[in-house]
Amino acid sequence: MHTNELTYQKKDLPASISKIGMALLALGVILGVAAFFVDHSRAVFNYLIAFTFMISIGVGALFLVALEYIVGADWSVPIRRVVEFFAATIPLLALLVIPLLFNIGELFHWSHPEAVADDELLQGKAPYLNVTFFIIRVFVLIGIWSLFYFFFIKNSKKQDTTKEQKLTTKNIRLSAIFIPIFAVTISVAAIDWLMSIEPHWFSTIFGVYFFSGTVIAALAAVTLTTVLLKEHGYLHPAMTNDHLYSLGALMFAFVNFWGYIAFSQYMLIWYADLPEETFWFLQKWEGSWAIFSIGLIVIHFLVPYITLVSQPSKMDPKRLKFISVWLLFAHFYDLFWLVMPEMEELSAGYSFSWIDLVFPIAVVGILILVFNMKAKKENLIPIGDPKLQRGLDFHL
Amino acid sequence: MADKKIFGVTALFNNPDAITAAAKKAADAGFTRWDVNSPYPIHGIDKAMKMKPSTLGFVTLIFGLSGAVLALILMWWTMSVDYPMIIGGKPYFSLPAFIPVTFEVTVIMATVSTVVAMLAFFFGLPRNDHALHDTDYMKKVSCDHYGLVIEAIDPKFDERSTLEFLKDLKPLSTEVIYHPEKESYPIFEPRFILFLAGVAVVVSLGTYLMLNKLMYIQPFNWMENQAKIIPQTGSEFFADGRGMRLPVEGSVAKGFVPYPFEGETNPREVLSNPYFPTKENLELGQRKYLTYCSPCHGNFGDGDSRLQGQFPNPPTLHSDRGRNFSDGMIYHIITVGQNVMPSYASQVTREERWAIVNYIRVLQRAKNATDADIKLVKAE
Repeated sequence: MHTNELTYQKKDLPASISKIGMALLALGVILGVAAFFVDHSRAVFNYLIAFTFMISIGVGALFLVALEYIVGADWSVPIRRVVEFFAATIPLLALLVIPLLFNIGELFHWSHPEAVADDELLQGKAPYLNVTFFIIRVFVLIGIWSLFYFFFIKNSKKQDTTKEQKLTTKNIRLSAIFIPIFAVTISVAAIDWLMSIEPHWFSTIFGVYFFSGTVIAALAAVTLTTVLLKEHGYLHPAMTNDHLYSLGALMFAFVNFWGYIAFSQYMLIWYADLPEETFWFLQKWEGSWAIFSIGLIVIHFLVPYITLVSQPSKMDPKRLKFISVWLLFAHFYDLFWLVMPEMEELSAGYSFSWIDLVFPIAVVGILILVFNMKAKKENLIPIGDPKLQRGLDFHL
Repeated sequence: MADKKIFGVTALFNNPDAITAAAKKAADAGFTRWDVNSPYPIHGIDKAMKMKPSTLGFVTLIFGLSGAVLALILMWWTMSVDYPMIIGGKPYFSLPAFIPVTFEVTVIMATVSTVVAMLAFFFGLPRNDHALHDTDYMKKVSCDHYGLVIEAIDPKFDERSTLEFLKDLKPLSTEVIYHPEKESYPIFEPRFILFLAGVAVVVSLGTYLMLNKLMYIQPFNWMENQAKIIPQTGSEFFADGRGMRLPVEGSVAKGFVPYPFEGETNPREVLSNPYFPTKENLELGQRKYLTYCSPCHGNFGDGDSRLQGQFPNPPTLHSDRGRNFSDGMIYHIITVGQNVMPSYASQVTREERWAIVNYIRVLQRAKNATDADIKLVKAE
């Protein structure tokens, strides 16, 4: 079937999108600033969750771009721009991280010299966990990610006009370099931002744990956007539900992967039963956190698993929309579960506060705005990609 | 050819687009028993053929779930009910430890059942006599052609019109396929089967005799032969040729208490009873009485032997003489014997003999109960 001529005509997204994004961002920022004055510590912890969520979406999306190149996938070519637009949030991280850097003392126990002074364990970790090296790492990580993002995008964008096959080869080489670097950097990010909140605890699988959630969040964002764009005719008309099936199948795979990793981490700690490891899980079993912990299994594994297990459900746009929103929430919930029980005021159990709801609003606003901005400037389909026709012809 | 049974008609095409178009037309024409053959899977052919989704997934689901349940039941039963063991200080039923096994069993049940169900039930394998085997058509569609076959069992099938229909699809060629003649396989002939059975019997018997009789070698003797001396056998080691040794003269068994009136028929004095007739003591006495005494003396001491005259009946124990014996006298009779009654000292221990004495007293009192005794029993 070689009948699909490239009939793609660029259509601008409706103007209301940017208004919605602006409104959400403004609301989020105003409430967020207010939150900093009302309950400083809680606002900082919530900001950390929002920030790691942004890492998940941006870096996870960049990983998906690299994945497409390195495995030579055809089916995802028509939607690669959607993924690239989400990766465009990476350079923004350098800006978003600044409020956190002013609150390192609030977040990280190890940043207090007097706490380290009478804690042998922290003294041992001090060569790694110290404020200077931490800030260097933050900018090195964001720098590396941004650099790869710019290279990937430059080649991809140039291909729209030149249609050179060479550029695809270049990006394949780039992804071969990027993927091992990604593995290390995402682990470092997970250890720095999430694991070191409780500096006495350690888990060697933690980087992989964060990675699995990262890819789920990026995939969910991409799936939701793809389904919405496809429904409203912004993508190529030759795209079928078979493309959606692949997205659904990937989400299903990573839900299983997350469950596998999360359980592996839990089971080893449970089996060994060493106090220096178990206390972290026991903290998440304290008071009402126990309900959160059970909820994590249901929200992050059982519900998506049952929703996505059958073949038709992976192709059904309605169900995909539902489950991608659900998985975005699940990843936020996962981060919330990782971070919040470590807050001293909440160590005995969860108590509700409006501050917990504020920052996700701003995150959604930023994502919409960045996506809209990129969609205005660039084609929604990589029209110069040599694999595009094969991608459109993709059938199960 | 006319007498041959027709299997179906086939058409060959030379590219996947042509076969997809042909499959669409065949599906639209309403055929139900037909198929497409190709050297490799063609994308979208199932849609063109209007095939329903396979139900194979349900086999996977059901067997996967039953694998999970079976694994959990197995571990629950073995680890927490039948043979509970504490492992690593964990509870008998500790779910986290069971999940990896449950996962593995789920996966293996789901995959193996899927493959077996697919091959055996969905494909109907093995089918060595399928009409399409050994045809030119099959050779071509296994190599570089794409074929469509409409079977004769299709309700819409008619040799001429179906062939016309296929020709309208503009194929490379069409062909009518006949069922092959029923082959007779020499391996199913009775004589051959009998011969096989004969060979099996001869070989098994020969092997058995060879290994167990002619060249018997114990691969492992399961301790059948041991250097030690077992009871009731001779030994060349000792001068008298006996395997078992006699005790040294004058030695006494552990716990043995000598009886002072050994061998006397009418002793001048007897021992006094050292045991109170407690409940336990009487129950012991009853058990021993029923085992050793009742065959001759009867279950209640009436002298009604169960031995049917093979041994002279003893007198009743409820006579005045019997009742006037002292405890020590009865003990003496059991220990050394009386008239034809042998000594029971070797079978019945000291304590058991006294318990029997006490039990005989119970029997005697019950057989000669007074009104006062009956009142006592009723009061209880």
